[in-house]
Amino acid sequence: MSTPAILLVDDEPTIVMSLEFLMRKSGYQVGIARNGTEALAALSQTPYDLVLLDVMMPDVDGYQVCRQLRQNPARAATKVIFLSAKSQPADVQKGYDAGADLYIPKPFSTRQLMQKVRELLGNE
Amino acid sequence: MPQLLVIAFSFGYLALLFGVAYAAERRSAARKSLVANPYVYALSMAVYCTAWAYYGSVGRAAHQGLGFVGIYLGPGLLAPAWWLVLRKIIRVCRQQRLTSIADFISARYGKSAALGALVTGVCVLGVVPYIALQIKAIASSFVVLTGGQEAGASGAALFAAGTLAVFTILFGVRSVEATERHEGVVLAVALESLVKLLAFLLLGAFVTFGLFGGFADVFDQAAAVPALRQLFTLKGTGTTGAEWLTLLVLSMSAVLLLPRQFQVAVVENVDENHLRKAMWLFPLYLLVINVFVLPIAFGGVLRLGGRGFDADTFVLALPLATGHSWLALLTYLGGLSAASSMIIVETIALSVMMSNHLLMPLLVRVPATRPEGQRRWFAYLGRIALTSRRLAVVLVLALAYGYYAGVGRQLPLVNTGLVSFAAVAQFLPAVLGGLYWKGGTRRGATLGLLAGFGVWFFTLVLPTLVGPGRLPVSVLSDGVGGLGWLRPGALFGLDGLDYLSHGLFWSWFFNVGLYVGLSLAWPPSALELRQADVFVDVFRRRSLAEEITGWQGSTPLPDVRALLLGFLGKRRTNQALRAFAERFPDALSFTSDQLTVNSSQPSPTEQSAPSKLTTDKEKLTSSPVHQFTTATTSPPHQLTANAADPRLLTYAEKLLAGTLGPASARLLLASVAGAEEISYDNVVGILKESQQLLEANRQLHKQRRQLQRLTDELRQAYDQLQVLDQQKDEFLYTVTHELRTPLTSIRALAEILADNPDLEVEERQHFQLTIGREAERLTRLISLVLDLEKFESGQASLVRTPLGLAEVVAEAVEAVAQLARERGTELRVDVSASLPSLPADRDRLMQVLINLLSNAIKAAVPGRPGRIAVLAWPAADALLLCVEDNGKGISLAEQHQIFDKFFQAQNQTMRKPEGSGLGLAITKKIVELHQGRIWVESAPEQGARFFVELPLAVPARAAAPFSPSFLP
Repeated sequence: MSTPAILLVDDEPTIVMSLEFLMRKSGYQVGIARNGTEALAALSQTPYDLVLLDVMMPDVDGYQVCRQLRQNPARAATKVIFLSAKSQPADVQKGYDAGADLYIPKPFSTRQLMQKVRELLGNE
Repeated sequence: MPQLLVIAFSFGYLALLFGVAYAAERRSAARKSLVANPYVYALSMAVYCTAWAYYGSVGRAAHQGLGFVGIYLGPGLLAPAWWLVLRKIIRVCRQQRLTSIADFISARYGKSAALGALVTGVCVLGVVPYIALQIKAIASSFVVLTGGQEAGASGAALFAAGTLAVFTILFGVRSVEATERHEGVVLAVALESLVKLLAFLLLGAFVTFGLFGGFADVFDQAAAVPALRQLFTLKGTGTTGAEWLTLLVLSMSAVLLLPRQFQVAVVENVDENHLRKAMWLFPLYLLVINVFVLPIAFGGVLRLGGRGFDADTFVLALPLATGHSWLALLTYLGGLSAASSMIIVETIALSVMMSNHLLMPLLVRVPATRPEGQRRWFAYLGRIALTSRRLAVVLVLALAYGYYAGVGRQLPLVNTGLVSFAAVAQFLPAVLGGLYWKGGTRRGATLGLLAGFGVWFFTLVLPTLVGPGRLPVSVLSDGVGGLGWLRPGALFGLDGLDYLSHGLFWSWFFNVGLYVGLSLAWPPSALELRQADVFVDVFRRRSLAEEITGWQGSTPLPDVRALLLGFLGKRRTNQALRAFAERFPDALSFTSDQLTVNSSQPSPTEQSAPSKLTTDKEKLTSSPVHQFTTATTSPPHQLTANAADPRLLTYAEKLLAGTLGPASARLLLASVAGAEEISYDNVVGILKESQQLLEANRQLHKQRRQLQRLTDELRQAYDQLQVLDQQKDEFLYTVTHELRTPLTSIRALAEILADNPDLEVEERQHFQLTIGREAERLTRLISLVLDLEKFESGQASLVRTPLGLAEVVAEAVEAVAQLARERGTELRVDVSASLPSLPADRDRLMQVLINLLSNAIKAAVPGRPGRIAVLAWPAADALLLCVEDNGKGISLAEQHQIFDKFFQAQNQTMRKPEGSGLGLAITKKIVELHQGRIWVESAPEQGARFFVELPLAVPARAAAPFSPSFLP
C-alpha cells in the first residue's frame, strides 16, 4: 500500500501551513490548492485519497468542489473532510448533502483531526 | 301646412309619449328601471328649457343680442354647488319623505300648515302664468305652422291643455303616495328633452349652413346691418350690469326652486350619485341648445325682417318661408316637446302641493264621528287626496288656459317667465336659511315670504296689468293713490334700476330682512327647533335611530295602525310596519295578529283585493316579526294596552307625510290619534343630549383613528426591530466567523508547538511569529468591530483640529509604505501643502486614508505592477481627496454594496482573499461623521477611484454641544 495522498484546500496561508506540517509529519503525501479552481484542477489530475476542504473561497466554493468531485466515478474512493468556520447546523448539513465524509468546524483540535484522518484512511 | 296633418303629427307624437311612459312604468314594475341612470336624470332636468327657451330665446336675441344667455349661464355656474346644496335637499327630502318645495319649507319651519299653504299659493300664482305661456307657445306655433288665423289659436290651446291634463292624470297622479316616483313621466320628459335638442340643432344647422354659408357668413351679413351690429357688443344689447346679475341670480334660484325642477331633481332622483354626472351634463345641454340661437335670430332678421313676423316665431317662420315645411313640422314638434314637458311636470308638482297644503290640512282637522268609524274616515280621506290631486291638475290647466285666454296673449314669452322666476326666488332665503341656519323660524319665514311676495306682485305684476288696460297708466307714472313713492317701477323713489332688478331688489330686501329680523327677535318653538336640527345636520345623522322623535308615547297602538291602514291600505301598512320592526325590534311588542288586520273588519282596500289578503297573511306568518314576537312571552292583554313607541309615531308621521304633506300628517297624528307633542324643554334637552352624543361619537371616531395610527406605527416599529434584529444576528454570525479564521491558525500552531518539542529552532520561531501575527489580526478585528458599533450607536465623537491635509497624507503613506514595497506597488502623492487647513479628527482621518490606501494596494492584479495616486484639490467649501489605483476594479453592482459592513461575507460562501469586510463601512461612517461624502468610480479591470469630500467649515452641529435651533 503506497503513501496516502492528501489535498489541502484553503485560501488562508497560515492554516495551509499548519495543516501541511501535520500531514507531512504523519507521512502523507501533500498537495496544496489555494482556491476552488486550483482544487478542481488538482483533483482531476491526481487520485487523492483525502481532501481537506475549506468552504469559503474567492472563486469556487468548497461545496461546489465536493459536488463536482462526487460526480467523477474515477474519484469514488476519495474521502472529503470539510474544515470550515461556518459552523451552523444548516451549513454542516449542506456539507454532508454535498457528499462530505466529515464536517469539522474551525477552530479544530489538531489531535482530533489527525485521528479522524487516520480513521478515514484506515478504513480503506 | 294642412291643419289636419299638423294635428295628426301632434297627437301622434303625444301618443308616442304615452307609449314611452307606459313602457317605463311597466319596466319599473318589473324592477328593470329605464330611468335609474344619470343620463335620463340629467335629460329630465333639461325640462328647465321650456318653449320659452325654444322660441323666446331667439326672439330675445333678435332684440337684445346676447342678453338671452343670462338665464342659462346661471344654472351652469351654479351646477358645481349642487353637490353641496342640491344633495342636501335630496337627502332631507328622502329622510323626511318630502315631495315638493312647499313640503320642504313647511316641514323645515315646524311643519307649519299656514306656511305650506302660502308657498303653494305663491307657486300657483307665480307659475300658472308660466304654464299659460307654454300653452300660448303651443297654440301660436300651431297657428304659424298651419298659416291659420289667430282665432284658431284658442282652439289649439284648449286641445293641448286637455290632452296634457289626461296625460298628467294618467301618469303623474296614479298613487296617493307622492313619494313614489313617476318613472313614466320622467322617461317621457327625458325623451322630450332629447327631441327638442335635436330639432333645435337641426334647425340651427339648416339656417347656419343651409340658408347661410356657415357661422362666419351669418355674422358677416348681420354685421352689415347697423341694428344687428349693435347687438354684437354687450353694451349695445341694452342689458345693464345689474340686469345681468339679476338674470344670473334669478336663474340660479329657479333651477333649484321651480316646482318642476324640484320635482325632477329632488323627488324623482333615484340616486344621489347621479348628481355627479348631471352636474356637468346639464350645463353642457344648456350650452349646446344655445349654440344656434344667435345665428337663427340674425338669420330671421336678415331674411324675414320687415315682413311683420314676431321674432318669437322665427324658429318656425324661417323654414316655412324657405319652403322646408317638413323641417318646420319637426321644429314644431320640438317646441311641443319643450312646452308639454314643462306643463306636465309643473302640473304634477302643483297638484300635489295644492292637495297637500290647501285641501288636506282642512280635512284632517275634521274628527271622525265615532272611534270605530275612524278607519273608514281615514280611507275616505286617502281617496279624497288622490281625487283632489286629479282635480287640481284640471284646475291648474284650466287656470293657465284662462290666464292665456284673458291676459297672456299679449305678453312676450320671456317676461312672463322671468316674473315667474322672481316669484319662486322668494323661497330662496327660507330654503337656504333652512338648510344652513338653525336660527330661522316659522314666523320669520312666513312673514318674509309674504312681504317678498307682496312686493313682487306690486313691482313686477302690477305693471303687466297696465298694458292690457286693466289698470290706468297713472298708476305707473304717479304711483298708487297718487303717492310718488308708491310707483311700482320706482318704489321709495329707487330709480335707475331696470324693471326686473328693481322688483327683485325690493322683494328680497323685505323678504330677507323680515326673515332674519323676526327669526332673531322671537325664539323658535320646540318643533321648529327639532326640524332645524334635522335639516341642518342631515349629513351628520346616519340613521333614523339617531333622530329625535317629536312625540311622547301615549298613543294607543291600534289607533296608529288604523291611521296607516286608512291611508296606505293594508298591504303597504303591513310592509311598512314589518320594515319598522326589522329596524327597531325593541320598539314593537305586538303580535303578528295585531300587525295584520282583523278580517272581521274589512277595510275598503281589502274589499277591492280580497285574494291578496290571504297571500299577505301567509307571507306574514313566516316573517321575522312573527318569529320575534313568538320568541317573546308577553301576555296578549298587556299588548293591546301598550302605547305606541314614540319612534313608531315618528315613523308613521313620515309615512303619512309622503301622502299628505308634513303639516297634514302632523295635524292628523296630533289631533286624530290624540298623541301629545313633546314639550319645548324636552326637545331642547334632547337636542342638547343628541349634540353631546354626536360630539362623543366624533371623539370616539377620532380616538379610534388615533389608536389605529398608533397601532400602525407600533407595527412598523416592530417590523423595523425585526429587521434590525436579523441584521444584528447576521452581523454577530459574521463577526464570530471572521474571528474563527485567525483563531484556527493560532490553535493549530499552538498545538503543533506543544506536541512537537523537537522542532527545529527556525521552524519553531516561524510558528511563534505566525501565532503572534494572527493574534494581532484578531485584536485588530475586535477593535474594528467595537469601532463600528460605536459609530452605529452614535457614541463616536470627533476631536477636530485644523489639519494640513498634505501632512496627514504623507503620514498615512508612510504607514502603508512597507506593505506597498512588499507588493511592488508604486505610490504617487500629489497633495499641495498650500491647501486650506481642514477641521478634522486626525486619528480618524488617518484611519480613512490608511484604509483606502491599503485597499488600493491589495486591489492590484497579480502580475501587473500596482500604481496608486493620491490627489487632493479644493472644491466649493470643501476639500476633495482621491485615491486612484490600477487594480481589478469594482463592478457597478458591487459599488453600491462595498460600503456595507461585511459585504464580502454577505456573498455567503464566496470570499475576497483580503480584508476584514469592515474597513470601508467604518471609513464611510467616519467621513459621514465629518459631514462629508465618500463615493467610488470604477469598472471591472479598469482600476478604481475613491473620492472623499470633506467640508472646510465646521458644521455648527458637530462643533457646538447644542444645536443652533435651541439658541435664541
